[in-house]
Amino acid sequence: MSKAIIMTGNSAAALAAKMCRIQVVAAYPITPQTSITEAISNYVESGELKAEYVRVESEHSALTVCIAASTVGARAFTSTSSHGLLYMHEQVHWAAGSRLPIVMCCVNRGVGAPWSIFNDQQDSVSQRDTGWIQLYCRDNQEIIDTVIQAYKIAEAVSVPVMVCYDGFVLSHTMMPVVVPMQEQVDAFLPPLKTSGHLDTANPRNINPVVFPWRRADSQGVMRDGYMEIRYKLHSALNDARGVITQVNGEYARVFGRDHGGLLWDYNANAAEILIVAMGSIASESMPAIDSLRAQGINVGLIGVRAFRPFPKLEVREKLAGAKAIIVLEKAISYGHDGALACELKAALYGSAVRVPFHSYVAGLGGRDVNAKEIEAAITDSLKQIAEGNLEPPTHWLNCRTE
Amino acid sequence: MIYKDFNIFSAATSALGELGKTGDWRDLKPIIDYGKCIPVVKDKPSCFLCWLYCPEGVVSSSSPPRIDYDYCKGCGICAEECPAKAITMVEESK
Ligand code: SF4
Ligand code: SF4
Repeated sequence: MSKAIIMTGNSAAALAAKMCRIQVVAAYPITPQTSITEAISNYVESGELKAEYVRVESEHSALTVCIAASTVGARAFTSTSSHGLLYMHEQVHWAAGSRLPIVMCCVNRGVGAPWSIFNDQQDSVSQRDTGWIQLYCRDNQEIIDTVIQAYKIAEAVSVPVMVCYDGFVLSHTMMPVVVPMQEQVDAFLPPLKTSGHLDTANPRNINPVVFPWRRADSQGVMRDGYMEIRYKLHSALNDARGVITQVNGEYARVFGRDHGGLLWDYNANAAEILIVAMGSIASESMPAIDSLRAQGINVGLIGVRAFRPFPKLEVREKLAGAKAIIVLEKAISYGHDGALACELKAALYGSAVRVPFHSYVAGLGGRDVNAKEIEAAITDSLKQIAEGNLEPPTHWLNCRTE
Repeated sequence: MIYKDFNIFSAATSALGELGKTGDWRDLKPIIDYGKCIPVVKDKPSCFLCWLYCPEGVVSSSSPPRIDYDYCKGCGICAEECPAKAITMVEESK
């Protein structure tokens, strides 16, 4: 029997990584991620997890170790936050360009300057174009389940997966989590039977310089140029949409929990006002939705789980009946709009959905965003829309802007 | 893995010139004047600084030393290092 245990998001992530029987882990401490790797080092020390725990001097090295491990076919794991993620940025690109199925937890935290150890999603959102799959979790149950799914997805499409969840709000908050049974996880995620990119019988040099054009190698075999290799990465991310949905479905059948694949929704069927959000701000919006519905306002919620690949068609479908769209998010594309708002507007271009669109940037650097404030923001937006303010610039929620 | 494509990332079999013949990068071609080259003049294995310094490993440590022009990139390090000034960099004819 699976059992529910009360645990933090970081404990859930560490436990999931252990249950995936990761073989190599390398990480560098950074708040609020540290307790994941502390837990994993305990598992390794106690012999509960047979893995190589490589101590490194930086996040750049942590991901580099995972890249090396994954290159020879090991199941590799790391986790980081904020400046740690930014410090490994070069290797974040490198892992994707090398098509390695690494899974990394990004425990979302704001980035400096000014220094903040508190939560927002600017860190992982800023890694949008590195070629990683990015999945955002709304609660600790979803974290344990998503890490397990992430390996299955990564290994199917040969693309690394970043499992993102909000620092402190989830990472350090206790909630009940149903822990899957190890035998079920083993059956769902069999060992990686591959020597990775390397093969002792056929030695190769990985990632030599390539040319702008295709070119014959020393054996006269045509090798792809930079653009072909990058096009294949792009295609793999596009293919990953189907794989994420399929893996989610398979997971739901085996473990009885369906997190929605690319997207999830709450009271969204036939809702006229649709709220779109990602991560814990989406789950925080649920009580606000309940309260507004109790007041007779026909509002529903869409949670974006996959930020990359972005579920363009699925978003269009979900928003097809909307009379107004309100986005709540914890990241901004400076000088433009909220990051998720940009994606949604781009996804809707050319569709029949042409409705008032408000977006809120909220909770940057850990500023509290609670259901009451979300409810007030939605109510205010609906009032503004009724007054004809149909598509204002991004609002800064709870922020002194005068 | 669903990807059977060998070419989803950049790879090459380790070999001389694994990327193909890179000699076509060259603008200047090193030409050794064996009349000045120390091992040839002394008729015994000696010097070979061109072999030692060549970053591409395309000079042989034989007497006379020979340059593999399929892969020599024309950097001119050998000419710079040659103590006998036996190597001249000659512009590639178009
Ligand atoms: S020019 Fe450069 S690459 Fe060519 S032989 Fe001399 S040192 Fe080697
Ligand atoms: S460095 Fe000059 S002298 Fe020495 S072996 Fe090479 S060509 Fe001859």
